[in-house]
Amino acid sequence: MTVALTGKADPAGETAAAPLDAEELKRVRAARIESVGRWVIPIVIVVVSVWLWDRICTWNEIPHYILPKPALVFQTLLADWPILSVALLNTLKITFGALFVATAGGLGLAVLFTQSKWIEISFFPFAVILQVTPIIAIAPLILIYVDSLSASLLICAWIVAFFPILSNTVLGLNSADHNLRNLFQLYGASRWQTLRYLRLPAAMPYFLAGLKIAGGLSLIGAIVAEFVAGSAGSGSGLANQILESSYRLNMPRMFAALLMISVTGILIFLTMNLLAHLILRKWHESALKREV
Amino acid sequence: MTAMVQTKKLHDPAASQAVVSLKGISKTFSNGTVALNNMSLDIRQGEFVSLLGPSGCGKSTALRIVTGLTGPSTGRVEWPQETADGSEHELSFVFQEPTLMPWATVFANVWLPLRLKGISKGAAHDRVMEALEMVGLAQFAKSYPRELSGGMKMRVSIARALVTKPKLLLMDEPFAALDEITRFKLNNDLLHLWETFGWTVVFVTHSVFESVYLSNRIVVMAARPGRVVNDMPIDAPYPRDESFRTSTVYSGFCREVSQALHGAMGAGDHM
Repeated sequence: MTVALTGKADPAGETAAAPLDAEELKRVRAARIESVGRWVIPIVIVVVSVWLWDRICTWNEIPHYILPKPALVFQTLLADWPILSVALLNTLKITFGALFVATAGGLGLAVLFTQSKWIEISFFPFAVILQVTPIIAIAPLILIYVDSLSASLLICAWIVAFFPILSNTVLGLNSADHNLRNLFQLYGASRWQTLRYLRLPAAMPYFLAGLKIAGGLSLIGAIVAEFVAGSAGSGSGLANQILESSYRLNMPRMFAALLMISVTGILIFLTMNLLAHLILRKWHESALKREV
Repeated sequence: MTAMVQTKKLHDPAASQAVVSLKGISKTFSNGTVALNNMSLDIRQGEFVSLLGPSGCGKSTALRIVTGLTGPSTGRVEWPQETADGSEHELSFVFQEPTLMPWATVFANVWLPLRLKGISKGAAHDRVMEALEMVGLAQFAKSYPRELSGGMKMRVSIARALVTKPKLLLMDEPFAALDEITRFKLNNDLLHLWETFGWTVVFVTHSVFESVYLSNRIVVMAARPGRVVNDMPIDAPYPRDESFRTSTVYSGFCREVSQALHGAMGAGDHM
């Protein structure tokens, strides 16, 4: 392994010391192919898929009001950008608002639950009820009871997103090493110190795993809530654009809005992954690179 | 010099006052197992006491009762040297596993006991580095536990126990999970530190050889119910080193302690 690596970094110096034999060269080549392929292959697959989509439309002469070609979707995206960008902004506001409230609420409730058994016993059923009832079924009620449209959208998205953070963080807070807990007890640590120095750090990987799920769910929650609300106007988001376009059979715009939702979801996912990596890379198994 | 004074004092442990006294301690777990039955023991100042016995003899339970993490079912733990407030005893505990916080650096792990007492990083710096110096890990202060070997993690754990300068050091099979070479090395280091600083050590082990090498007093325990069966002084002089490990005096003591242990286990014990 060392030979292969140094051979790659400094071929001249290495060959002088010990020339690479055929086996080692093969290994170096395999390692290089893998490191490049990791990036290139997914990109090639996506490009080929888009090309196939375009070709299928042409070969079968599918009209654009049934299935638009990728180029048309892209054109529409640019042409309708003034409308779509406003919609995107509205959806993002709800998504990140919900994610923020879900994070704060989930984390706060989790800490509260682990501080007192009685609080957990009293309130956990509510958390479960909120989680298991489909949001699409509660949304109409919320829309009736809450005056402000964005507030009701926020509540819907929050209900969907907060549970993974709550349940993961509760699990994490309870997973702190027992000997370490004894140690804290031995040194007379206060409840707050135990939380701050032991239980919260121990819960961090679990919390971040919950956050990854919640990130995606808050976008889903925001979109679903918009669909249920179904209102047009200044506060309308990407889901409204899709609804409105479907009434008008404006397929290219539907696809453009869909594309924007997907890209937003992917970006949220990548951001959460990066965040988890940055926080855990120093110590947690999930973020460590292993030598093989 | 300190070592000499300390060693001299050790030869006459009866003259020293007890640091902690167990008086008629019994412990029955909720499932009915009798972990300890009427155990009485005085740990005197400056002693290196080993609690030796098979698994299930209650030696770890006895240690936990001394820490106060577990309460005895009956009996009392007394601290004759301490004033009546009794809120916190000056003791440290070393677990069988290193029990380090994986998210914290070696420095932060050793700082923990001081941090919990409200001592800031700056104020604690010198003491933490001193403790790391003692176990020979000063240059690893910024490393994370996962970057260290098993023996080094154990040293960090010992440094953390030493940083508060405890009067009483309790060790629960601290080297049981280590390989023999590392264990011998850490045995020597521990003895050296003990001779230098003169704390009182209570060391739980199931190894006859380790207990004879380290201690000047061995308390042999038996299981079902957990009880003390023998209390043997090991009056070989300190400092002890590798030549002691191969001496006839050492093997003589080992034989004696083994016999005491097996004698205790023989009577109806099915291991």
